[in-house]
Amino acid sequence: MTDRISHNADTPLLRVDSLSKSYGPVVGCRDVAFDLWPGEVLGIVGESGSGKTTLLKCVSAQLEPDGGAVQYDTRDDGPRDVYGLSEARRRLLMRTDWGIVHQNPRDGLRFGISAGANVGERLIAVGERHYGDLRAEVTDWLERVEMDIGRMDDLPSTFSGGMQQRVQIARNLITRPRLVFMDEPTSGLDVSVQARLLDLIRMLVGTLRIACIIVTHDLGVVRLLTHRTIVMQKGEVVEHGLTDQVLDDPQHPYTQLLVSSILPV
Amino acid sequence: MTDTDTLLNARNLSKTFTLHTQGGVRLPVFDGLDLSLQRGQCLVLVGPSGAGKSSLLRCLYGNYLVQHGEVMVRHDGRMIDLTQATTRDLLDVRLRTLGFVSQFLRVIPRVSTLDVVAEPLLAQGCGEDDARDKASTMLARLNIPDRLWSIAPATFSGGEQQRVNIARCFVADYPILLLDEPTASLDVDNRKIVLDLITEARRRGTGIIGIFHDPQDRAAVATDTLELAAMDQAA
Repeated sequence: MTDRISHNADTPLLRVDSLSKSYGPVVGCRDVAFDLWPGEVLGIVGESGSGKTTLLKCVSAQLEPDGGAVQYDTRDDGPRDVYGLSEARRRLLMRTDWGIVHQNPRDGLRFGISAGANVGERLIAVGERHYGDLRAEVTDWLERVEMDIGRMDDLPSTFSGGMQQRVQIARNLITRPRLVFMDEPTSGLDVSVQARLLDLIRMLVGTLRIACIIVTHDLGVVRLLTHRTIVMQKGEVVEHGLTDQVLDDPQHPYTQLLVSSILPV
Repeated sequence: MTDTDTLLNARNLSKTFTLHTQGGVRLPVFDGLDLSLQRGQCLVLVGPSGAGKSSLLRCLYGNYLVQHGEVMVRHDGRMIDLTQATTRDLLDVRLRTLGFVSQFLRVIPRVSTLDVVAEPLLAQGCGEDDARDKASTMLARLNIPDRLWSIAPATFSGGEQQRVNIARCFVADYPILLLDEPTASLDVDNRKIVLDLITEARRRGTGIIGIFHDPQDRAAVATDTLELAAMDQAA
């Protein structure tokens, strides 16, 4: 994809350094390091159990690593160790400047409240109180993710999987985050629904210049959405480079195996 | 000729594919290859099929990795080695300095032809109206009828897709163009248009490295040629 990276910043948005996490004797991820720049989209690929979700959780402050550091360039104070922040500041970061789109909408949406309330919740959390403004902003975001506005007062449980993911995306993007984490955002959806959702993500991330880390096992998803790709196997990074280079001229045996396993249509 | 006329300088390039999924077979493509490109030069790569012409272009774009050597590219007034550059620098070089026309357009569902062509300009920071104007002009020049501009190019013919691909690259005015058979699937009239575009760019000072199978096309644009020989593939 074409690259819309802002080049005025000299500080990476996120800096991950020798990150490790084990579950007892089982390695989740080991000694992972990378920088992420504003507006950059990074893909993390690998088969099930390769450690990609563990890595994403450690980086996004959902799972404390055993070793290493995650530094984020905060709006107010510049680079700060994410796990060194107070609980309150970390929570604020996670619901304003970050977004997390979960694989399962049940992890990312509240099923007891309407779609509109789900989308507006983060705005209320940061102090928006005016009902008219709130409703207008929520409507705008539901339109951006191509939802039928007539359904905004319905519960998420009445929606299809693709619609639930679109509500989840709107819910995250409404506070204009600078960094969004996505864990297999389109797996489990029909192919046609998947294509439309990927296109939507591509368009939103591109026009809003959001930095993004996407975990997926689907090489088509990284080809379409990402600038850079990290390939993981058994908890370790085995290859890391520009996405088109990793896919067109893979170096590591495991990456070559992944790329050669794509079925032609 | 001054130093600042050198746009690209590749030295001692070696490329070998190692196929780990096929018993670790090694396929050498080229070894110890040198080339340089000046402003206003059109260097045409020649050699039999399988000699590594496309692979070389891809190495110069950072799409393929080389095992040895350096690819120095003039970017923002300084020379930068693409084989050592960070991915961030490489993306910036591709954004503003290096244009690449591949043999096939990679179509993205639901993105209109006009947006496909305007995209590099928008990425460079061009305003939306200006980008669309320039994209329209380029599409019109390449004979893509305006009734098709709002449609994603997925259903276009091979020749139409290739012209969209060419429009997307030529609209952005890169100082260096890498062209992999840009005229291969075009009819006579459109071929002439593309050759004219290449010559105009060269006269503006753009440096071009290209592959053209048709001897007439080659003769029409080349200022220099570089011969690649197929390497013995036993290793």
